[in-house]
Order: sequence, then C-alpha cells, then structure tokens
Amino acid sequence: MLNTKQGTPPPAAGRAGMKKELPEHFKDYRHVWVFIELERGQVHPVSFELLGEGRKLADKLGVELAGVVLGPAGEATLYAVAEAFAYGADLAYLVEAPLLEDYRNEPFTKAITDLVTTYKPEILLLGATTLGRDLAGSVATTLLTGLTADCTELDVDADGSLAATRPTFGGSLLCTIYTLNCRPQMATVRPRVMAMPQRVNKPIGRVIQHEVPMVEEEIVTKALGFLSDGQSSNANLAYADVVVAGGLGLGAAENLKLVKNLARAIGAEYGCSRPLVQKGWMPADRQIGQTGKTIRPKLYIAAGISGAIQHRVGVGGADLIVAINTDRNAPIFDFAHLGVVTDAIRFLPSLTEVFTHRLSPHSRDKLAN
Amino acid sequence: MHIVICIKQVPDSAQIRVHPVTNTIMRQGVPTIINPYDLFALEEALKLRDAHGGEVTVLTMGPPMAEDALRKALTYGADRAVLLTDRYFAGSDTLATSFALSQAIAKIGETFGTPDIVFTGKQTIDGDTAQVGPGIAKRLDLMQLTYVAKIASIDLNTREITVERRSEGGTQTLMSKLPCLITMLEGTNEIRRGSLDDALRAARSRIVKWSAADAGIEDLTKCGLRGSPTVVKRVFAPAARAEKAEQIDTTEKTPRDLADALIAGIFSRQPALEDELAFDGDA
Ligand SMILES: Cc1cc2nc3c(=O)[nH]c(=O)nc-3n(C[C@H](O)[C@H](O)[C@H](O)COP(=O)(O)OP(=O)(O)OC[C@H]3O[C@@H](n4cnc5c(N)ncnc54)[C@H](O)[C@@H]3O)c2cc1C
Repeated sequence: MLNTKQGTPPPAAGRAGMKKELPEHFKDYRHVWVFIELERGQVHPVSFELLGEGRKLADKLGVELAGVVLGPAGEATLYAVAEAFAYGADLAYLVEAPLLEDYRNEPFTKAITDLVTTYKPEILLLGATTLGRDLAGSVATTLLTGLTADCTELDVDADGSLAATRPTFGGSLLCTIYTLNCRPQMATVRPRVMAMPQRVNKPIGRVIQHEVPMVEEEIVTKALGFLSDGQSSNANLAYADVVVAGGLGLGAAENLKLVKNLARAIGAEYGCSRPLVQKGWMPADRQIGQTGKTIRPKLYIAAGISGAIQHRVGVGGADLIVAINTDRNAPIFDFAHLGVVTDAIRFLPSLTEVFTHRLSPHSRDKLAN
Repeated sequence: MHIVICIKQVPDSAQIRVHPVTNTIMRQGVPTIINPYDLFALEEALKLRDAHGGEVTVLTMGPPMAEDALRKALTYGADRAVLLTDRYFAGSDTLATSFALSQAIAKIGETFGTPDIVFTGKQTIDGDTAQVGPGIAKRLDLMQLTYVAKIASIDLNTREITVERRSEGGTQTLMSKLPCLITMLEGTNEIRRGSLDDALRAARSRIVKWSAADAGIEDLTKCGLRGSPTVVKRVFAPAARAEKAEQIDTTEKTPRDLADALIAGIFSRQPALEDELAFDGDA
C-alpha cells in the first residue's frame, strides 16, 4: 500500500511552531477507520455516511479504508462487514464475542483500544450517536489522543493532517480543529451531516479477526433490558425524505395539528424548533437543529420558524427549503429556497387541502387524461 | 452518600452575536448561566441526597467569576462548592479538562469523603461535545452511565445502581456498581427553587478555591493548552447563501391560490418528488 506519510516533508512554514514534526513512533499509524455502529443487530446509517467520507480521506492520503465491526458472532456482524465493503471499505476488522451483544461501554472500549494499539489507524471516525459519543470519549481518553466532536466537515490538509470542522458557540461560528502530535486523530460526525454514498461495485475485502481480551465476569455493567421506540416514528425523522416543522409562530400547542395534518397528507415526518420542546408541546425527539436532529430531506417545510442559526445547522443539508412566515425579514428567508410571507395558521389548512387534492390518484388520473 | 457534580458556567449562547467584520464572538454584556443540562444533573443529585442522606459537592473549573455559578448551585441546595481555577487550565480541550476535573475529584474524595456518584450534564451548550463526562469516568476508573433519563433504583448496601438510558432506537436498562459517573439528560426533573435557608447558607458559605497545586496536580503539561492534543486552527462564520428565498407573490391571493402557487413552485424545482409523494400518499 502506498503511504504518503513516508518521507513527509517538514511542516509548512506558516505552521512552524504550532505543529511539531510527528514523533517517529506515530509514523506507522496509517489507514482510515470507520466504526460500524451495530446496535441490536442494525447498522446505523451514519456508519455508511462515514464510510463515504472516510473513502475520500483515505484516497487523499493514499491509504486503505477499514470498517470496524463489533458484535456477537452471527448474521448481523457478517452483514455489517459485507455492507462496509459495499460502501467502500477495503478491509474490515471484526471482533466477535457474546459479551458484545448489547452495547456496554467497558467491553466496547476495550475492544476498540486494543484494535487501535495493535493495528494503528491514523484516523478513527465514529457517529455522534448516543453509542458513538459514549464510546468515543472513553476510547480517546484511554489512548490519550484528541477527539473532535460533531464535525460537519472533514478534510486532510497538505501535510496529511486531519482538518475537522465543527460548529461552535451554538452554531454561530465554525472552527477547524487539528489533533497535533497524537494518534489516532479521532472525530465524531452526527447522522445526516454527510451525504449517503453510492454503494460501490466491490463487495469484497479482507477481514481481519481479532479477539476481545475480556470475559463476561470482568464486566461490571449488565444490560437488563431494552425498550424499543418501536413503531413510533421518532427515530425516522432524521432519515425522512419530506419533513414539515412548526415553530413558535404557530402560537399555541393545538395549532401543531396543522403541521401534523399536512405531514400526514404528504407522507412526511413532522418536527419542530426548540422552544416547542421547552414548552412541552412536542417530545424532544422531534426537535430539529443543533441540539436536536440533523435532517437532510428532499423537501423541508418550516412554518412559523424564524430560522435561528441553531435551527439552521440542522436543516442546511435539505435539498429544498420552503418557509412560511409572517415576517418578511425573518432570517429563515436567507437560507430557504422558496418563501411565502403569510400567516401559517390560516395557510396550512389550505396547503394541506390543495396538496391532498393534487396528490390523490383520482386527480392525478384526471391530469393524465 | 457523597455526590460530586461537575457544572460549567457558559455564556447564554442564545444571546451571543458574531461581529460582522471580525468574525469574533461579541461576549460583552452576554449573561452567563449554569449549563442547563448540569442543572438537571444537580437536581437529580439533590433528590438522591434528600432520599438517602449525605452531601452534594459541586465542582467547576473556570475563571474566578465562575464562583457565581457555584453560589447559585448552593442556593439550590448543594452542600459544598469547589472552584478549580488557575491560569494553567486556560485553553483546555476535553482531554485536558477531564484530566483537571478528575484530579480535583480525587482531591475532593481525599478531603471530604470518596464520592459514590459523580454527575455531569449530558453535554454543555457552548462546547456541545458530551466528551468530558466519559473522559472523567475513564480517568477515575468509574463505571460510566451516559444519557441517563432516569435512575430506577439505587441500593447503598449492595452498591448497585439501575438506570434507564436513552439510546438511538429506545431505552436501555443498565445495572452497574457504585461508584459510577452519570451524565444526565434533560429528563423530567423540575428544577427546584431552593429554600430560604439554602439561600442564606449560600450567602454565608465560603467557596473552596483550589489552584492546580492545591488540587494536587503535579504534571502541568497535562493541563490547559499544553495538555490539549486538539488545537483550533481557524474560526470563521458559516457562509451566507448568495441569494435569498424566492418569494411567492401574495398580493390579492386567497390561501388556496397561494397554496397552488407554492406547490407548483415546489414541484417545478423537484419534479421527481410529485410521483414519490403520490405513491407514499397511497401506501
Ligand atoms: C445552545 C442552544 C441550542 C439551541 N438549539 C436549537 C435547536 O436545536 N433547534 C432549534 O430550533 N432551536 C435551537 N435553539 C433556539 C434558537 O436559538 C431559537 O431560539 C429557536 O430556533 C427559535 O424558534 P422559533 O423560530 O420557533 O421561534 P421564534 O424565534 O419566536 O420565531 C417565530 C417565528 O414565527 C413567525 N411567526 C409568528 N406568527 C406567525 C404566523 N401566524 N404565521 C407564520 N409565522 C409566524 C415570526 O415572524 C418568527 O419568525 C438553541 C438555542 C441555544 C442557545
């Protein structure tokens, strides 16, 4: 494998003093790793998004991309490995053990840190999910390396360092962060921030199996149970193609049914801005934005939402943003594609009605004839 | 039972403005608050103390003015407050912060009794990383229970604790052992007002102030900028989009006409969507 780290030129002049030559023993750290999040037999889609991003970084560095799969032996782990290859990984590290069944911090941290010290990745990426954040913090602290949370952009600079960009101060600013003189360089990325990559036509790769040096008796924490959110579609919001959301402009809790009705009529998910969660009008899982969900729908309709920066960072990836707001100077019109300056409470019922009519099979037949 | 809770004083980021020319944060006049998630953790700590007896110690690392946040926590009912403050801590990233806090917690343990539980909020609203809690747990070798929505039970005799924690697709019930570190979600905690007694006591309380040396930190290379493997290279404002939203003309239009115009606008930009939506609508 080609490795651009060999014979790395001295750091660029402008960075002198800030970045020292990487210590000799870090120079054999190579490859980009993506932790494939498998919880209760399901691969979290953020892992595929990260493989897409990891592929770009690995290509720039001229190194291989690996997926890291942890779980009990069985179909789920094999499926996860196959999927990692299908989304661009060259190889996979596979750790199978019954004690990796339910997510618990101890065995997962042990397995990952052990893999890292054995195989030495240059970059390690995880999803900024509850599992990923729980794990990343302890892995980075165990390895005494840097970890950049919730990145929105990843790149490698001219001398091969990971440049991780993340929002700061509630999304008002972005900052680019480097991990100097420590390896691996770790980052987490929230679901839906990176685009879903195309599946590639290379669904094979090397599998390197590894053992977790731990037995169940050593693990203090026991998983007693799991209550799935089940059919409640909360978890689907981040991955919905169409999302309708309401904000404080709707004025009262009962007006949220206007948003829900429209969502139902067009097969969309619904969400809200943060004040609605704070008022208890909607559950926290429905909040869109910096401290809520990041969404990437094909269509986003925001009704009575001002478009504060913390909201914007959660919807910036939408293909088409439509804003309904009474204030023509509302910041949402700065990033929406289509706007209507009107009262959402009066307008939403009509919008729902016209949408329903236009999308019904009956009227579509008529249109076709 | 001794509970230590880590809080952070943060700028109320809802009120932060970015200077349009210099791209720097304009902090002047921006009020500070206790990180909201830490308040939920504090409330949980106080509830446990009230139910099982013991003491709650609040700890913060920050500039001298962070004393205000501690005093506030005392008025809510915390028993003791420790301020870890030293210029050596300036510029700490999450790794360096977790180091300093874990050293201070160890010192609190020696001085005031070993903690059974260390609490933090799920994350701060300025850094947003959710990494400091897990970092402290690792450094102190505590069991780590993150994103906890509820403490289901706690048994001080067997030293067992059962919690419900949120995960992506549901709620996980975990049983672990004390001592442990818990990061608290917004949960259902109603934050108490604090009694008049607490307020009076807070006004009289002396806040324990520790420098790095006081907290027993010998290796200063693990603190502040020097102890932080991550370095901020560039800070910039998000790019503004060149053009504003195209406005649907609203003059002399009924809501239905307006809806027609808007829907036409949507489907002319996203033609494929119309079939997808119609299909979804049937299903
Ligand atoms: C640390 C931090 C994190 C945050 N995280 C998030 C987050 O994740 N998500 C989030 O959304 N916010 C978040 N916020 C809050 C954010 O700053 C804004 O306060 C919030 O997004 C505003 O919500 P809103 O637009 O619904 O309400 P408002 O700002 O009150 O705006 C209401 C809008 O409705 C319009 N309006 C009024 N009446 C009508 C009507 N009849 N018809 C149509 N329009 C009408 C008004 O013109 C106005 O533009 C966060 C804040 C902080 C400090």
